[in-house]
Amino acid sequence: MSLEFAVAAALFAGVLCYAVLGGADFGSGFHDLTAGGSRRGAPLRTLIDHSIGPVWEANHVWLIYVLVMWWTGFPKSFAATMTTLHVPLVLALVGIVLRGASFAFRKYSETLAQAKLFGIVFATSSVLAPFFLGTIAGSLASGRVPAAGNGDPWSSWLAPTPLFTGAISVGTCAFLAGVFLTADAARRGQDALAAELRIRSLIVGAVTGAVVFAALIPIERDAPTLWEGLMSRAAPVMALSALGGIATLVLLWRRRFGFARVTAVTAVAAVMAGWGLGQYPWVLVDQVTVHEGAGASATLQGLLVAVAIAALVVVPALGYLLYLTQSPQWNEAGVPAGRAAHWSRRIESGRRRP
Amino acid sequence: MDATQLLAQAADAVAAADPAGLMPARQQMALSLGWHIILACFGVAFPAIIFAMHLRGLLKKDPVSLDLAKRWGKVSAVLFAIGAVSGTVLSFEMGLLWPGLMGTYGDVLGLPFAFEGLAFFLEAIFLGIYLYGWGRMPPRLHLMMVVPMAITGIIGTYCVIAVNAWMNHPVGFDVIDGAITNIEPWAVLFNTHTFMQFAHMWVAAYMVAGFSIAAVYAAGMLKGRRDRHHRLGFMVPFAFATVAALAQPFVGHLLGEGLDERQPSKLAAFELAATTDEGASPLRIGGVLIDGEVKGALEIPYLGSMIALGSLTEPVPGLDQIPEEDHPPVNFTHLAFQAMIGLGLLLMGAVVLYWFLRWRKRDLLHNRWFLRFMATTGVLAVAAMEAGWIATEVGRQPWIVFGVMRTTEAAADHSAGLWGVYGASVLLYGAMTVGAAVVLRSMARRWREGAADLPSPYGPRSPLADAATVRECGDERDHAKEAAR
Repeated sequence: MSLEFAVAAALFAGVLCYAVLGGADFGSGFHDLTAGGSRRGAPLRTLIDHSIGPVWEANHVWLIYVLVMWWTGFPKSFAATMTTLHVPLVLALVGIVLRGASFAFRKYSETLAQAKLFGIVFATSSVLAPFFLGTIAGSLASGRVPAAGNGDPWSSWLAPTPLFTGAISVGTCAFLAGVFLTADAARRGQDALAAELRIRSLIVGAVTGAVVFAALIPIERDAPTLWEGLMSRAAPVMALSALGGIATLVLLWRRRFGFARVTAVTAVAAVMAGWGLGQYPWVLVDQVTVHEGAGASATLQGLLVAVAIAALVVVPALGYLLYLTQSPQWNEAGVPAGRAAHWSRRIESGRRRP
Repeated sequence: MDATQLLAQAADAVAAADPAGLMPARQQMALSLGWHIILACFGVAFPAIIFAMHLRGLLKKDPVSLDLAKRWGKVSAVLFAIGAVSGTVLSFEMGLLWPGLMGTYGDVLGLPFAFEGLAFFLEAIFLGIYLYGWGRMPPRLHLMMVVPMAITGIIGTYCVIAVNAWMNHPVGFDVIDGAITNIEPWAVLFNTHTFMQFAHMWVAAYMVAGFSIAAVYAAGMLKGRRDRHHRLGFMVPFAFATVAALAQPFVGHLLGEGLDERQPSKLAAFELAATTDEGASPLRIGGVLIDGEVKGALEIPYLGSMIALGSLTEPVPGLDQIPEEDHPPVNFTHLAFQAMIGLGLLLMGAVVLYWFLRWRKRDLLHNRWFLRFMATTGVLAVAAMEAGWIATEVGRQPWIVFGVMRTTEAAADHSAGLWGVYGASVLLYGAMTVGAAVVLRSMARRWREGAADLPSPYGPRSPLADAATVRECGDERDHAKEAAR
């Protein structure tokens, strides 16, 4: 395994983590947007607040990781992408900024009017950001970013493959979020909400699956290099993705929500891995390979050191956070009414929660 | 030739030299960096301040301290969220605005960013655990969740500053026949120049966060809220700010040592040295350079050379020793630099005065003028830090990597249409500022009114909020009763 391949693999692992973990957070915005009026949507929106509140910032850092690995490991292809795809990049960025800011603002809003305003901004930008990030992926994969950069700012992404990958991105995010939220609602004993989310997830999953396979039709002509990779090297993982998707729908149908999360993650991770394998060995398809685009060897070694430290330090910490969010102590709907004690008394006495 | 013709000619020369997209790109970077750096200060310093308050609460079993720590945690959640997204803007802008820099030197300067990313990762993870861990984890373990945040603040600052230090003092590569070779990424991370610059920024972060938080409680005391809650809320961050404000002038001075060797053009601009003096240079306070002549400066003989060079005889090397195309914008750099120093010394003077009088058994917290001044110190500390960044960044021009790459070479091929994006960014950042202010103020008001937690308005009403008898910070309630009487 060459040095530049190892760095590319570490970079792509970041893309995968961002797609799964960050994707689920973005997808919550889709469900928030479609949750209905403020009275009807209140339980779902409260659940979304509770579910993504502790984790979204940590999950968001995968994006920073990807950008840094990219510009340090493969600087010229990074510059070429930035000078070509600046329109979707700026739009995705606006979505990311508005999503994060308005989510935090909504959580502490005083009035319903404020919460509605921030909520609409949060939900809309949560749908737009993954769409534009998806078009960027599709543009890279269909060979629309020239090696020298400064490609056409519009035709480079307003094309069949990028638009399909944008839509797939929105769909997979909403699918993941739906499955996760269903399981969260069930674990918290909110059965009516879990039932509603189950239906939502089934619909979103079926539609997204259909879009993924419909996208294969234009990809054959629009992105021949990617198509070739998908049909050969990446075929097993694409099949795995299809299996994962179907298994998720079956599990949701049979109300096995915990297991459904595993298969849903498998399905989405496999789609992403399919893209990565499909376009290997290109960083910019038909333009720059992993080998050609790599930066200095000393820097690549340094990056692998950083990745090793991340694996040793960040991954366990992230696992601890995700474990806590799933633990019973973190999942009570609220303190039972009638307990008129100052909360700090619980801390003084050193007990958890009675 | 009159002045207007001169100006027109100068404008033409600028237009010919700079692509239309350069100035909006620089303004865009200045806006997003200048906005983010304030929040980054809170990200670096706030965890340690919260830790001190939380620790005090646990050790002394003091509910007021615990309440303050919990509230500050919630405030930091809002600040950290907008800090995270505005930091992401910078990551994108490195490529969108400066592809020439990133494409050419990405693998030289990138490694510190990778470590900064790890630090930020850990900070985000432990912030999530700390915020949502109140009442859900064993108390001591919960407190320990703040420690990684304070440490990653140090590492993250160091790594980001390493990149900026590299732009001022590039190391770790050779340029041979236009090709960049012999790249040593670790040399960038452990650049000797980094440490002092890091120390300067790290201390500045504690000044910004410490004074800003203290200012909030000073303003509260001015409104007559003289409870323990306000006094504690003022003193703990003020203690951090005190140490930082006392250290900062010395750290800054040490950072400036050797600047005549590293970046003589920046030093000349700082000191407003148009020409090289014969003998020791005076310290020129204020003033501007017009047509190569210093106007309106208050000159103190010898002091310029003494401070900048530690010499009573050597002059500060003037701009006359530097080719004209390498001159930075002198006046802007000079005034920003001195604004930073003036504000820094003012803040240092204020803390010295407070502690001196306290040692003499006089508490300035009962003096309305002192409280009025303290209520502005947050803004002053932010202004000092921004002025410092303007001084060092504008003073580095026209280089993006000093002596190696000009800013024009790094900029993307954008047209003047980039001004439109800049205008939209001003609106976006303005909206985020307003949003944060509205939400934070409403949080403070609801806390004052006795809300124990802050339920989202569309959510089910929290049983805690219904139990009107349960309040945080009982001393505030007593005070409210008194006020009602």
